Amino acid sequence: MKIGDIIRLTAGALISGTDQIEKRVEYAFASDLMSDVLRVEKPNLLLITGLVNIQAIRTAELSDISYIVFARNKKVTDDMKELAEENNMVLIESPYSLFRISGELYKAGIRPVF
Amino acid sequence: MHLSYKITGGDFSNAGHASSAVKKVLKQLNVDVAVSRRVVVSLYEAEVNVVAHAWYGFIEVDIDDKGIQMVLTDEGPGIADVELAMKEGYSTASHQVREMGFGAGMGLSNIKKNTDFLKIDSEVGKGTRVEMKILF
Repeated sequence: MKIGDIIRLTAGALISGTDQIEKRVEYAFASDLMSDVLRVEKPNLLLITGLVNIQAIRTAELSDISYIVFARNKKVTDDMKELAEENNMVLIESPYSLFRISGELYKAGIRPVF
Repeated sequence: MHLSYKITGGDFSNAGHASSAVKKVLKQLNVDVAVSRRVVVSLYEAEVNVVAHAWYGFIEVDIDDKGIQMVLTDEGPGIADVELAMKEGYSTASHQVREMGFGAGMGLSNIKKNTDFLKIDSEVGKGTRVEMKILF
Protein backbone atom coordinates (compact mmCIF):
# COMPACT_ATOMS: atom_id res chain seq x y z
CA MET A 1 0.00 0.00 0.00
CA LYS A 2 1.30 3.43 -0.92
CA ILE A 3 1.98 6.11 1.72
CA GLY A 4 -0.63 8.28 0.00
CA ASP A 5 -3.29 5.60 0.67
CA ILE A 6 -2.24 5.37 4.32
CA ILE A 7 -2.69 9.12 4.70
CA ARG A 8 -6.17 8.85 3.15
CA LEU A 9 -7.25 5.85 5.26
CA THR A 10 -6.06 7.39 8.52
CA ALA A 11 -7.35 10.91 7.69
CA GLY A 12 -3.74 11.82 8.33
CA ALA A 13 -1.57 14.85 7.79
CA LEU A 14 1.86 14.33 6.26
CA ILE A 15 4.44 16.03 8.47
CA SER A 16 7.67 14.76 6.97
CA GLY A 17 8.65 12.85 3.84
CA THR A 18 6.61 14.60 1.14
CA ASP A 19 8.89 13.12 -1.51
CA GLN A 20 8.06 9.58 -0.39
CA ILE A 21 4.33 9.47 -1.00
CA GLU A 22 4.74 6.73 -3.61
CA LYS A 23 6.69 4.41 -1.28
CA ARG A 24 5.00 1.16 -0.30
CA VAL A 25 4.24 -0.31 3.09
CA GLU A 26 3.67 -4.04 3.52
CA TYR A 27 3.54 -4.61 7.29
CA ALA A 28 2.45 -2.59 10.33
CA PHE A 29 3.14 -2.85 14.03
CA ALA A 30 1.30 -0.84 16.69
CA SER A 31 3.00 -0.16 20.02
CA ASP A 32 3.88 2.55 22.51
CA LEU A 33 6.62 0.38 23.93
CA MET A 34 9.94 0.94 22.20
CA SER A 35 11.62 -2.24 23.49
CA ASP A 36 8.80 -4.12 21.76
CA VAL A 37 9.42 -2.19 18.53
CA LEU A 38 13.11 -3.15 18.72
CA ARG A 39 12.07 -6.82 18.47
CA VAL A 40 10.35 -6.38 15.12
CA GLU A 41 12.26 -7.20 11.97
CA LYS A 42 10.28 -6.64 8.79
CA PRO A 43 11.02 -4.66 5.67
CA ASN A 44 8.71 -1.83 4.60
CA LEU A 45 7.17 -1.68 8.05
CA LEU A 46 4.86 1.05 9.32
CA LEU A 47 4.95 1.89 13.02
CA ILE A 48 1.66 3.05 14.53
CA THR A 49 2.19 4.66 17.92
CA GLY A 50 0.79 7.02 20.50
CA LEU A 51 4.27 7.77 21.79
CA VAL A 52 5.13 11.22 20.54
CA ASN A 53 8.66 12.01 21.59
CA ILE A 54 12.18 11.89 20.21
CA GLN A 55 12.66 8.26 21.30
CA ALA A 56 9.94 7.10 18.91
CA ILE A 57 11.97 8.57 16.03
CA ARG A 58 15.29 7.32 17.42
CA THR A 59 13.89 3.80 17.87
CA ALA A 60 12.54 3.84 14.32
CA GLU A 61 15.89 5.04 12.98
CA LEU A 62 17.79 2.30 14.82
CA SER A 63 15.26 -0.35 13.71
CA ASP A 64 15.30 0.74 10.06
CA ILE A 65 11.64 1.77 10.22
CA SER A 66 10.96 4.60 7.79
CA TYR A 67 7.23 5.16 8.22
CA ILE A 68 5.37 6.25 11.38
CA VAL A 69 1.73 7.18 12.03
CA PHE A 70 1.06 9.00 15.30
CA ALA A 71 -2.40 8.41 16.74
CA ARG A 72 -4.95 10.71 18.41
CA ASN A 73 -3.80 14.01 16.94
CA LYS A 74 -0.62 14.12 18.95
CA LYS A 75 1.72 16.70 17.50
CA VAL A 76 5.20 15.99 16.21
CA THR A 77 7.75 18.35 17.74
CA ASP A 78 10.42 20.25 15.80
CA ASP A 79 13.27 18.07 17.10
CA MET A 80 11.35 14.93 16.09
CA LYS A 81 10.77 16.33 12.62
CA GLU A 82 14.42 17.29 12.26
CA LEU A 83 15.66 13.81 13.20
CA ALA A 84 13.06 12.22 10.91
CA GLU A 85 14.15 14.38 7.98
CA GLU A 86 17.80 13.51 8.60
CA ASN A 87 16.80 9.86 8.22
CA ASN A 88 14.36 10.28 5.30
CA MET A 89 11.38 9.17 7.35
CA VAL A 90 7.70 9.62 6.68
CA LEU A 91 5.75 11.02 9.67
CA ILE A 92 1.96 11.16 9.62
CA GLU A 93 -0.34 12.61 12.30
CA SER A 94 -3.77 10.98 12.46
CA PRO A 95 -6.80 12.02 14.49
CA TYR A 96 -7.84 8.35 14.84
CA SER A 97 -7.08 6.08 17.79
CA LEU A 98 -4.41 3.40 17.63
CA PHE A 99 -7.21 0.84 17.39
CA ARG A 100 -8.97 2.55 14.52
CA ILE A 101 -5.79 3.18 12.53
CA SER A 102 -4.82 -0.47 12.98
CA GLY A 103 -8.31 -1.62 11.99
CA GLU A 104 -8.53 0.55 8.89
CA LEU A 105 -5.10 -0.50 7.64
CA TYR A 106 -5.63 -4.18 8.41
CA LYS A 107 -8.95 -4.10 6.58
CA ALA A 108 -7.21 -2.51 3.59
CA GLY A 109 -4.60 -5.26 3.40
CA ILE A 110 -1.62 -4.17 5.50
CA ARG A 111 -0.19 -7.31 7.07
CA PRO A 112 0.45 -7.88 10.79
CA VAL A 113 3.92 -8.84 11.99
CA PHE A 114 2.73 -11.47 14.47
CA MET B 1 38.72 0.33 15.23
CA HIS B 2 37.94 1.93 18.56
CA LEU B 3 35.02 4.27 19.29
CA SER B 4 34.11 5.93 22.58
CA TYR B 5 31.15 7.97 23.76
CA LYS B 6 30.00 9.60 26.98
CA ILE B 7 26.44 9.19 28.26
CA THR B 8 24.80 11.61 30.67
CA GLY B 9 22.27 10.18 33.09
CA GLY B 10 18.80 11.67 32.73
CA ASP B 11 19.54 13.15 29.29
CA PHE B 12 16.63 11.44 27.55
CA SER B 13 16.63 13.68 24.50
CA ASN B 14 20.09 12.36 23.55
CA ALA B 15 19.51 8.72 24.48
CA GLY B 16 20.42 6.66 21.44
CA HIS B 17 22.82 9.23 20.05
CA ALA B 18 25.85 6.97 20.45
CA SER B 19 23.97 3.95 19.06
CA SER B 20 23.03 6.01 16.02
CA ALA B 21 26.68 7.03 15.52
CA VAL B 22 27.81 3.39 15.78
CA LYS B 23 25.14 2.34 13.29
CA LYS B 24 26.51 4.85 10.77
CA VAL B 25 30.08 3.57 11.26
CA LEU B 26 28.95 -0.05 10.75
CA LYS B 27 27.21 0.96 7.55
CA GLN B 28 30.38 2.66 6.29
CA LEU B 29 32.32 -0.51 7.11
CA ASN B 30 29.78 -2.56 5.12
CA VAL B 31 28.99 -4.73 8.14
CA ASP B 32 26.21 -7.23 7.44
CA VAL B 33 22.79 -5.63 8.11
CA ALA B 34 21.67 -8.45 10.44
CA VAL B 35 24.84 -8.11 12.54
CA SER B 36 24.53 -4.33 12.58
CA ARG B 37 20.95 -4.61 13.76
CA ARG B 38 21.93 -6.86 16.68
CA VAL B 39 24.69 -4.43 17.67
CA VAL B 40 22.45 -1.40 17.44
CA VAL B 41 19.51 -2.93 19.37
CA SER B 42 21.82 -4.17 22.17
CA LEU B 43 23.72 -0.92 22.40
CA TYR B 44 20.60 1.23 22.34
CA GLU B 45 18.95 -0.74 25.15
CA ALA B 46 22.16 -0.54 27.18
CA GLU B 47 22.52 3.18 26.46
CA VAL B 48 18.93 3.83 27.53
CA ASN B 49 19.62 1.89 30.75
CA VAL B 50 22.52 4.20 31.60
CA VAL B 51 20.46 7.31 30.81
CA ALA B 52 17.56 5.91 32.85
CA HIS B 53 19.40 4.72 35.92
CA ALA B 54 22.95 6.05 36.20
CA TRP B 55 24.55 9.45 36.73
CA TYR B 56 26.90 9.13 33.81
CA GLY B 57 28.63 6.46 31.81
CA PHE B 58 30.99 5.61 28.98
CA ILE B 59 30.67 3.41 25.93
CA GLU B 60 33.73 1.75 24.43
CA VAL B 61 33.27 -0.05 21.12
CA ASP B 62 35.95 -2.18 19.50
CA ILE B 63 35.54 -3.60 16.02
CA ASP B 64 37.94 -6.19 14.68
CA ASP B 65 37.85 -9.03 12.15
CA LYS B 66 36.04 -11.36 14.59
CA GLY B 67 33.24 -9.09 15.72
CA ILE B 68 32.17 -6.15 17.81
CA GLN B 69 32.78 -5.68 21.50
CA MET B 70 30.88 -3.06 23.48
CA VAL B 71 31.61 -2.15 27.08
CA LEU B 72 29.42 0.28 29.00
CA THR B 73 30.60 1.43 32.40
CA ASP B 74 28.60 3.76 34.56
CA GLU B 75 28.64 5.44 37.91
CA GLY B 76 25.25 5.07 39.47
CA PRO B 77 23.13 3.13 41.93
CA GLY B 78 24.16 -0.27 40.54
CA ILE B 79 21.92 -3.33 40.27
CA ALA B 80 21.15 -5.11 43.53
CA ASP B 81 20.13 -8.40 41.95
CA VAL B 82 21.39 -8.91 38.39
CA GLU B 83 19.54 -12.22 37.99
CA LEU B 84 16.24 -10.56 38.91
CA ALA B 85 16.99 -7.61 36.61
CA MET B 86 17.46 -10.07 33.74
CA LYS B 87 13.95 -11.43 34.26
CA GLU B 88 11.61 -10.17 31.58
CA GLY B 89 9.02 -7.78 32.94
CA TYR B 90 11.04 -6.81 36.01
CA SER B 91 11.79 -3.11 36.09
CA THR B 92 12.74 -0.38 38.53
CA ALA B 93 12.32 2.35 35.89
CA SER B 94 10.86 5.71 36.81
CA HIS B 95 7.67 7.18 35.41
CA GLN B 96 9.86 9.43 33.24
CA VAL B 97 11.56 6.41 31.66
CA ARG B 98 8.19 4.81 30.94
CA GLU B 99 7.02 8.03 29.31
CA MET B 100 9.94 7.67 26.92
CA GLY B 101 8.60 4.30 25.79
CA PHE B 102 10.97 2.14 27.85
CA GLY B 103 10.98 0.69 31.37
CA ALA B 104 8.89 -2.41 30.73
CA GLY B 105 11.64 -4.78 31.85
CA MET B 106 12.48 -5.90 28.32
CA GLY B 107 15.82 -4.15 27.86
CA LEU B 108 18.21 -6.71 29.32
CA SER B 109 16.41 -9.61 27.69
CA ASN B 110 16.55 -7.77 24.36
CA ILE B 111 20.30 -7.41 24.92
CA LYS B 112 20.66 -11.09 25.81
CA LYS B 113 18.74 -12.13 22.69
CA ASN B 114 20.96 -10.08 20.41
CA THR B 115 24.42 -10.76 21.82
CA ASP B 116 26.76 -13.75 21.65
CA PHE B 117 28.33 -12.82 24.98
CA LEU B 118 26.91 -10.75 27.83
CA LYS B 119 28.49 -10.09 31.21
CA ILE B 120 27.07 -7.72 33.82
CA ASP B 121 29.07 -6.72 36.89
CA SER B 122 27.49 -4.36 39.32
CA GLU B 123 28.15 -2.91 42.73
CA VAL B 124 25.33 -1.24 44.60
CA GLY B 125 26.03 2.43 45.21
CA LYS B 126 28.96 2.48 42.77
CA GLY B 127 27.95 1.47 39.28
CA THR B 128 27.61 -1.15 36.59
CA ARG B 129 29.77 -2.60 33.83
CA VAL B 130 28.08 -4.29 30.89
CA GLU B 131 30.21 -6.19 28.39
CA MET B 132 28.63 -7.40 25.16
CA LYS B 133 30.10 -9.21 22.16
CA ILE B 134 28.58 -9.88 18.79
CA LEU B 135 30.49 -12.11 16.42
CA PHE B 136 30.55 -11.81 12.63
